[in-house]
Amino acid sequence: MSEINTEGKGGGKKGKAKKLSTRVDFTPMVDLGFLLITFFMLTTSMIKPQTMEIAMPSKDVVKDPTTVKNSLAITIILGKNNKVFYYNGTEIKGVAPKIEVSDYSPNGIRKMLLDRNKNVMMEVKKLKLQKENKEISEDTLKVRVTREKSVKDAPIILIKATDDSSYKNLVDVLDEMMICNIGKYAIVDITPKDLEWIKDVNN
Amino acid sequence: MPRVKPTRKSTWVDMAPMCDVAFLLLTFFMLTSNFTAKEPVQVTTPKSISEIKIPETNTMKIEVDKDGKIFFGIDGQARRIKMLKKIGTAYNIAFNDEELKQFSLIPSFGVPIEKLKFFLSLNSTERDLKENAVGIPSDTANNQFKAWVQAARAMSREEDVVKDKSLIIAIKADQATPFPKIKAVMNTLQDIQENKYNLITSLEKAPENL
Repeated sequence: MSEINTEGKGGGKKGKAKKLSTRVDFTPMVDLGFLLITFFMLTTSMIKPQTMEIAMPSKDVVKDPTTVKNSLAITIILGKNNKVFYYNGTEIKGVAPKIEVSDYSPNGIRKMLLDRNKNVMMEVKKLKLQKENKEISEDTLKVRVTREKSVKDAPIILIKATDDSSYKNLVDVLDEMMICNIGKYAIVDITPKDLEWIKDVNN
Repeated sequence: MPRVKPTRKSTWVDMAPMCDVAFLLLTFFMLTSNFTAKEPVQVTTPKSISEIKIPETNTMKIEVDKDGKIFFGIDGQARRIKMLKKIGTAYNIAFNDEELKQFSLIPSFGVPIEKLKFFLSLNSTERDLKENAVGIPSDTANNQFKAWVQAARAMSREEDVVKDKSLIIAIKADQATPFPKIKAVMNTLQDIQENKYNLITSLEKAPENL
């Protein structure tokens, strides 16, 4: 042990009361304390997991499905090997739309989305600036951003995932929606036509 | 000339303050901690900029590993027991008290209902074995996963209607999971009118100056 009791070794003569040190060695107790701390640190989860909220449409058959304006619709197809395809609108009179190939990098799909969503981005930026200058509160910011996101001429994104894409791709694309302040998007089933189109691009 | 004697200093260090600190920290950790629930599979969640935190309580957790195996769990021991009783009636399996108790201690599991009795009879190390993490069947012919979610929902609704409204369905899937597997889970949830759910992700820094 680290303690060496030097007192009372030679001086302890007859008659005199032995003076015992009242000092207690705390070293083992410290050891124990840190051991328990380590245990608690390793077993606890301090950070709560983050989540992304999504709402899917209900499966009930809708009598009149919502139609999307051709000029506003963008279809994003998640392909194999982290590839993304996108096209505007849909086929017109049997002519397939031009299919572009992109990826998940900042210069890929995000650039296109930001460009298409310019107006909303600008408004949201303004609102955020107002919030920074304490002109509006956090709650008003939230409400106004949501309203801004759902303006009439905001693009509508249709996300179609192929069977070759992974869950990461889906989350990545949903993330891009959040980054680019896109309020109107939906995950929809891929059609055989889409598959045909991207097959042509691949070749 | 007398030699200068080096004064002997005691090597004794008072450990009491250090002990104080150690126990202070210990108290802090004990009070703030909630234990990480043991998960049957290791799942690497994809990254996202979303900053919404998920509450610890009142959640239904669906884990999907990279092979598409489904694991299911709900918080609260009493609630787990009620849920198991419900599923027992649905599948005509009677669970005894010991099995109910064992089940209430498992945060999440991934075995088909036919094997559940056997699974509960194992000890906790045996349960962790790979062959006992087979996943809950979710194919259309035998969609037990659907039954579990329905049982959990029914149990929650019976218990407290108001609280049920805030019951969260959290999906924790591995980033390498192929999309069809995720789609199957989502479709099942859609089938039973569970249209709102959360995807668990890990935090990533949001890009600036857009």
